[in-house]
Amino acid sequence: MNGLLLTATGGALPGRTVTNDELSQMVDTSDAWIESRTGIRTRHWCTAEESAATLAIAAARQALERSGLSPSDISCCVCATLSAPDATPSVACQVQAALGLPEDRPALDINAACSGFLYGMAVARGLLETLGGQYALVIGCEALSRLMDPADRSTCVLFGDGAGAAIFRLADTPFALTLGARGSDVLHAGGPDRNGSAPITMDGRAVFRFAVETLPKCLHAVLDETQLTLGDLSWVVCHQANSRIIDHCVKALNADPAKFYKNMDRHGNTSAASIPVALNELAERGLLPAGQPLACIGFGGGLTWGGAIFQYRE
Amino acid sequence: MTFEEMKKIVVDTLNCEEDKVTMEASLTEDLEADSLDAVELNMALEDACGVSIPDEELANLKTVGDIYNYITAHI
Repeated sequence: MNGLLLTATGGALPGRTVTNDELSQMVDTSDAWIESRTGIRTRHWCTAEESAATLAIAAARQALERSGLSPSDISCCVCATLSAPDATPSVACQVQAALGLPEDRPALDINAACSGFLYGMAVARGLLETLGGQYALVIGCEALSRLMDPADRSTCVLFGDGAGAAIFRLADTPFALTLGARGSDVLHAGGPDRNGSAPITMDGRAVFRFAVETLPKCLHAVLDETQLTLGDLSWVVCHQANSRIIDHCVKALNADPAKFYKNMDRHGNTSAASIPVALNELAERGLLPAGQPLACIGFGGGLTWGGAIFQYRE
Repeated sequence: MTFEEMKKIVVDTLNCEEDKVTMEASLTEDLEADSLDAVELNMALEDACGVSIPDEELANLKTVGDIYNYITAHI
């Protein structure tokens, strides 16, 4: 059993929906400008009572319920986030407690920014192989609204909050995973040492170029490894940073745009949550065919990147 | 690279009208290109002629002619 098979998904979005029109009352921007430049129309931000952890717990609970498994079937809990509300306990440990997952199994957070969910899959697979077990709970959750400067119009329009959860099982179905990193601060968000004084900043040009060069490379790497073609995949689910990154790559790959899922119009960029939120939307809408492989591609802060091909159910 | 060759790349990349692509045309004012459009144009030109304009240099090039002159000087 070398691969991971996606068996169930869950998702959670926070309570405050913020439209472009609402943002244009806070900073000097407009609905038309944001939509044409980024493809984003609305995003969700946490209310005072919500956090990346509360969203993660809700998404994980939904995935577990839908899987039909009991908490004792889950052999590890890995949560990808760069916006955990607490340094400790980790979000993963808060999920472990809330869902009553067994105590003799690992639960940990990892930070690979927008590629976090792909990194989380790799960690989960390693944990299953090292410690034993069949099922892994992998979560991506973010509260980026807590890390940004609401007065910076170049970034505050881009980011949203949310969580997605996935339950994977070790299986012999098609599977490939590629990961990489190139240390660089072209995307930066301050941690505790910055005392809240270093909100998210981004060199848009450098990040765009990095993204459009990385996305096709990751896709080709996992297609080559599985010996599949784009036509074999039900979807290519990319990190939802900006619709123009996906448009550029679709054009460069001469691919069918309908195969590349987009939901940034409703959620903005939710970093580590974007891929599992998209997977959950596809599954909920009955758009994820069982027995067919799909690809997920992440790229972002670190810089980090990752790609995976796996199958949804059997 | 001739201006006509570059013009075709500009039209394809920015989805703008051919008539608007003159040496004097301002990227932001006349062709409504933003910073990401400029990066896409830079990458397309790099593919076509092997000249890459550094990002800090790109920000100073305001017109189609500025870019054409930079490319032809560095080719």
